[in-house]
Amino acid sequence: MRKIPDNRAWWLVLPVLLLVAFSALVPLMTVVNYSVQDIFGPGNAYYVGTEWFRDVLRDERLQASLLRQFGFSAAVLAIEIPLGIGIALMMPKGGIRASLCLILLAIPLLIPWNVVGTIWQIFARGDIGLFGWGLNELGLSYNYTGDPVDAWLTVLLMDVWHWTPLVALLCYSGLRAIPEAFYQAAEIDRASRWAVFRYIQLPRLKNVLVIAVLLRFMDSFMIYTEPFVLTGGGPGSSTTFLSQTLTTMAVGQFDLGRAAAFSLVYFLIVLLVSWLFFTAITHMDKER
Amino acid sequence: MLDWMNWTQPVAIFFAVIACILVVMSVWELASPCIERRGFLPIATTRGDRLFIGLLSAAYIHLAFLGLTELSLWIALAVSVLWLLILLRWG
Repeated sequence: MRKIPDNRAWWLVLPVLLLVAFSALVPLMTVVNYSVQDIFGPGNAYYVGTEWFRDVLRDERLQASLLRQFGFSAAVLAIEIPLGIGIALMMPKGGIRASLCLILLAIPLLIPWNVVGTIWQIFARGDIGLFGWGLNELGLSYNYTGDPVDAWLTVLLMDVWHWTPLVALLCYSGLRAIPEAFYQAAEIDRASRWAVFRYIQLPRLKNVLVIAVLLRFMDSFMIYTEPFVLTGGGPGSSTTFLSQTLTTMAVGQFDLGRAAAFSLVYFLIVLLVSWLFFTAITHMDKER
Repeated sequence: MLDWMNWTQPVAIFFAVIACILVVMSVWELASPCIERRGFLPIATTRGDRLFIGLLSAAYIHLAFLGLTELSLWIALAVSVLWLLILLRWG
């Protein structure tokens, strides 16, 4: 039978397109307009060309915050992805114990960001927090409000606690989708545990890992609430990440033009890195 | 109605050009559907992929000109257009 090409189904995408236009395209166009103007108030804007972009790109405070952001996202991915895979591999394959594990894992994901920040703010305090007090009692000098390294590690630990379960759950669902026959074949070949992981599980996890890496990168790159509640960006500016710098500029200083230019640069970075991840992972198969 | 968007002429031209490019690419695709192929880029790409790569790199070329040099952005634009054409033809 000859297939008749019929593309009319594309019209069904129209409502989504309209929704995206209103929620994403129109705001984006507005931000581009803002980024070339100095805005003092409604109806009181002056065209300044690319001045804001030049200004933003050469601002040392922003460069430092960008570096910090990349460091944080890299650390988050380097810890959460292997840890998530490891947890998923260790989880029971079925029955009541699997359900219990899933519920336990899902709990951190259900807690709102600002509550996570508050929990850790108290948890890590040296006087009343179990974590901070415990470390100090062990003889380690730990103070996340005074020491930049401690603050950094606390924010990182908080993110790992909050989001590793997501990676683990995604990997667990990926692992459960592997047919038993694969493992039986591996057993007949007397494949080692590592070989099973390397040649059966990891390739089959690829698709969920793409999603996990992308979600974790984008989320950690936009992190705002948790460090804001936990450390307020301090001590100094050691945990001030990009979105916090942006918010201070846009809402705190009401510097809309500058903030718009900055957010466009921010957007381009996220777009590039996400595209690189996506292309690298989706093209791995085709190249073989 | 669109007052709150604070439209300026250069931005309007920018988006109009992008919209035109998208329309032209759609018509071109209908007229002669493209086949995924491999050029000098390390990955196999379709025409649309190459356009996306070209536009994204154009944005970075402009940012590099702004951040690192004092040269006119018209030079950045010329470089970007040239790069986009090379990419579409041989990428």
